[in-house]
Amino acid sequence: MEPQQLLIRAPVTRSAWIAGMLAAIALAACSEHPWNSPYPAQQADQNILYSSFSERPKHLDPAQSYSSNEVVFTGQIYEPPLQYHFLKRPYQLEPLTAARLPAPYYLDQAGRRLAADSPAADIAFSVYDIEIKPGIRYQPHAAFARNAQGRYLYHELSGADLDRINTLADFAETGSRELVAADYVYQIKRLAHPRLHSPIFGLMSEYIDGLQEYAETLEQADRQQQSRQAQQLFLDLRDYPLSGVQVLDRYRYRVKIRGKYPQFLYWLAMPFFAPLPWEAERFYSQPGMSERNITLDWYPVGTGPYMLTVNNPNRQMIMQRNPNFHGERYPREGEAGDREAGLLADAGRPLPLIDTVIYSLEKENIPTWNKFLQGYYDASGVSSDSFDQAIQIGSGGDISLTPELREKGIQLNTAVATSISYMGFNMLDPVVGGDSERARLLRQAIAIAMDYEELISIFANGRGIPAQGPLAPGIFGYREGQAGINPYVYNWSGRGPQRKPVEEARRLLAKAGYPDGRDVETGKPLALYFDTTGGGPDDAARLNWIRKQFAKLDIQLQIRNTDYNRFQDKMLKGTAQIFQWGWNADYPDPENFLFLLYGNNGKVEHNGENAANYRNAEFDRLFERMKNMENGPERQQVIDRMVEILRHDAPWVFGFHPKQFVLYHDWYHNAKTNLMANNGLKYRRIDPQLREQKRQAWNQPVVWPLGVLGLLLVLAMLPAVIAYRRHENQRVQAVQS
Amino acid sequence: MLAYVVRRALYAIPILVGVNLITFFLFFVVNTPDDMARMHLGMKRVTPDAIEKWKAERGYDRPLLYNAQADGSDRLTATIFFDKSVRLFGFDFGSSDAGRNIGADIKQRMWPSLAIALPQFLVGLLVYVSFAMLLAFFRGSYLDVSGVVLCVVLMSISGLFYIIAGQYVFSKLLHLFPVSGYEPGWLAWRFILLPVVIGVIAGLGSSGRVYRTFFLEEIGKDYVRTARAKGVPETRLLFRHVLKNAMVPILTGVVVVIPTLFMGSLIMESFFGIPGLGSYTIEAIQNQDFAIVRAMVFLGSVLYILGLLLTDISYTLVDPRIRLS
Repeated sequence: MEPQQLLIRAPVTRSAWIAGMLAAIALAACSEHPWNSPYPAQQADQNILYSSFSERPKHLDPAQSYSSNEVVFTGQIYEPPLQYHFLKRPYQLEPLTAARLPAPYYLDQAGRRLAADSPAADIAFSVYDIEIKPGIRYQPHAAFARNAQGRYLYHELSGADLDRINTLADFAETGSRELVAADYVYQIKRLAHPRLHSPIFGLMSEYIDGLQEYAETLEQADRQQQSRQAQQLFLDLRDYPLSGVQVLDRYRYRVKIRGKYPQFLYWLAMPFFAPLPWEAERFYSQPGMSERNITLDWYPVGTGPYMLTVNNPNRQMIMQRNPNFHGERYPREGEAGDREAGLLADAGRPLPLIDTVIYSLEKENIPTWNKFLQGYYDASGVSSDSFDQAIQIGSGGDISLTPELREKGIQLNTAVATSISYMGFNMLDPVVGGDSERARLLRQAIAIAMDYEELISIFANGRGIPAQGPLAPGIFGYREGQAGINPYVYNWSGRGPQRKPVEEARRLLAKAGYPDGRDVETGKPLALYFDTTGGGPDDAARLNWIRKQFAKLDIQLQIRNTDYNRFQDKMLKGTAQIFQWGWNADYPDPENFLFLLYGNNGKVEHNGENAANYRNAEFDRLFERMKNMENGPERQQVIDRMVEILRHDAPWVFGFHPKQFVLYHDWYHNAKTNLMANNGLKYRRIDPQLREQKRQAWNQPVVWPLGVLGLLLVLAMLPAVIAYRRHENQRVQAVQS
Repeated sequence: MLAYVVRRALYAIPILVGVNLITFFLFFVVNTPDDMARMHLGMKRVTPDAIEKWKAERGYDRPLLYNAQADGSDRLTATIFFDKSVRLFGFDFGSSDAGRNIGADIKQRMWPSLAIALPQFLVGLLVYVSFAMLLAFFRGSYLDVSGVVLCVVLMSISGLFYIIAGQYVFSKLLHLFPVSGYEPGWLAWRFILLPVVIGVIAGLGSSGRVYRTFFLEEIGKDYVRTARAKGVPETRLLFRHVLKNAMVPILTGVVVVIPTLFMGSLIMESFFGIPGLGSYTIEAIQNQDFAIVRAMVFLGSVLYILGLLLTDISYTLVDPRIRLS
């Protein structure tokens, strides 16, 4: 009986399979759902935001994550104590999980409390007592799951328990618990964890009292633990106290900072200082978890508005509303014009406004752009490939959308990024570097000759503004208008800053001892070296353009193009001469730009971020003063002087501040760009019904060309088939005759 | 045959050691362990101490090939090369330098690659052979000439053009297929159809022309003339005799790629958003992840050797005169 049954079953299964496939195709063909939709039909009317990413985020662990493509995710999942106000400008910090903005008090070396207005030199320690709101709960997670006896279900897993586990979702039970101050302390301790290599450990160990020594303690403890156990197991940081960071009670913790460091508040708005429950680290540290790629770096655990439910960065990353989110509401006030722009229409509504966010991997620009135009992505950047299709620039330089996009109801948001792209001179170089008058004049001449207006127009499609100094617009200390121009490179005219003529640059060059680009001492032509990376066609055009800028001064520019490793090596050793670099601000404070030229941050000497290795005693003295000052006229005065020193010394050719262009459909709301906040997703709103209507209107299938194509193929074959039949018949007739 | 297979397997060992050694040299000529550490730790605020610790944790603080400070066999074994290579021969790929399990990643990503590559391979083979036989059948006619011209035109166009044009026409203009994306399971057909069609069309020019040549060569042979003289119909002649005998050169190029099908296609997968293995190695090279690079090159070599072995075996199936010894 058995073989017969098998014989019968096999064809039924196959036919069922074929029938299933045909039914699926038929259903797809008959449904109103657009054929070219990349999403399942059941998602059509759901409150889902669709977006894309082009590169896998390397880290999702808040102690390690630092890149902008990572905070897109970590910013929505983890909640540091502070955040930036979504609407107000200039950027303002406000409490997120903190009950209020922490105000530091100061101590002297003996631990005596100082007045709030004490001079920075007298302050040995700044103490921040941070109180968090009660009742905030973590997202549901297996690490918190407990049984009826209160024991953790998944903290003592054996190899057999993990047999059927491949992803975090395979754990059947989840739990949650209230956020407590100890979780923030735990995370700060993790910055010193010997196996995490937090990028801000070096910086924070200079400020957080005892963090450096704490790292040594943990390293020793980790070594001892590893010598006892073959596998790296859970290093419970609760067992190792950190002198500068303490739990005061269930909802309060204290951070003791060396000296005065007002910028610390900005760090408290970054995921580095978000809470991390010890249970999560305990859970992920179990043997067998990392072999299954179940790690904290892959599956974050937070209190934020969203939780990462699918992490397949080779295809999709899906964030869903955290059911335990603590009921934060949309802001009730913004800056002038926000109400008129509809940005306060959702005032007071509980956040987040979107249920699910689906990020799909799109490595190429063209498919991403096409899907945005079809309505399958809600917002998009503008790549160079699609710039002409999207943007038109008027004769007066005014920027607007093309009629095709306007017809679709697409809107454009622009914002000047808080970043700078610059050309640096290695100040250790004997020709372009140093503080001699000759080298300074040479640098100034080059600064005039480098026509960044042209570069922005040719290579950035006009998306940028020429920089007048190191500070980006929107940062305290940045000056607009005539007061803000670099007088060594620009003249002021009624139309704004005008770059000085090349003749002025040639005059400076001659004064420096290089008339017509020749060294008066040796009579040889002046040859300079530009160190760079990248050898693609786009790079070749850009490098050629740079060479032409130097040629205006009859300077021969040799391009030394290397791979990124060699370039980094040159920068670290100080053997590069002229280079191009950039900086994206961590926080909206002038300190975060001006430290790039602080002498003690020199790359060669201190492995810091001062790639030009610039050192000026007055600038350094002013920097040390400025970094501890509150924003106000006095600080502005100091910054003005610092910027003047830099313009005069010209260690950089201040390149340009890039401008971000964001396009979004008319069903996408609250699209205001906030370049500092990394948790803006919770404020966005979409209208799924309108989106579905437009998708259907824009994506009706057109099938008749396929019929025409098929007909053409048949027609092309027909004479051949006739000829063959005739040939076959002829042969038969010949045989018969 | 078993003895032959065993002998070929043993031959593979020095080849794999050589491939491993070349990969190792090429990688470390371009990248130093310091560069790798910098790439993994990020570009901002990385300290030399963090770089040293990263290297020590992953064994990149050892000498590359020879450890002069060690004793005895440790001089060869306490090196990066030995440490990173030996386990590969047991197909234990270990963890990437970023800490992910490479074997698990390969298992996860190979299925979407196969979902595209296998139908493309099978449909492509069927279409190319049929097309070439059609041209051979109508040899010398306008259809043959047009077909050859079409092949030359198709061969002259970049593969990227087919993808971009295909997406433009079928997805953007006609709205018939999604531009890109992927769904696991049965729903994958919606995303697979267009890349498969484009892949088949893109390969039609070169394969169609080559196979046509194979068929024409067979058609000109004496046994075909004899069969025709005996009155065997032309269609039967082609399918029964010519096709079977032309299979030997066709198999040379076809069977060898079968084991490597799941390695995926970089450009196709990138443009169509297929979460396969196609970009795995390139991403690893860009991220300076030596663990993945060596694992994928090793795997590619093993599969290629397997493909060559299968090709030899397949010859015996289509041509009884061939014996493996």
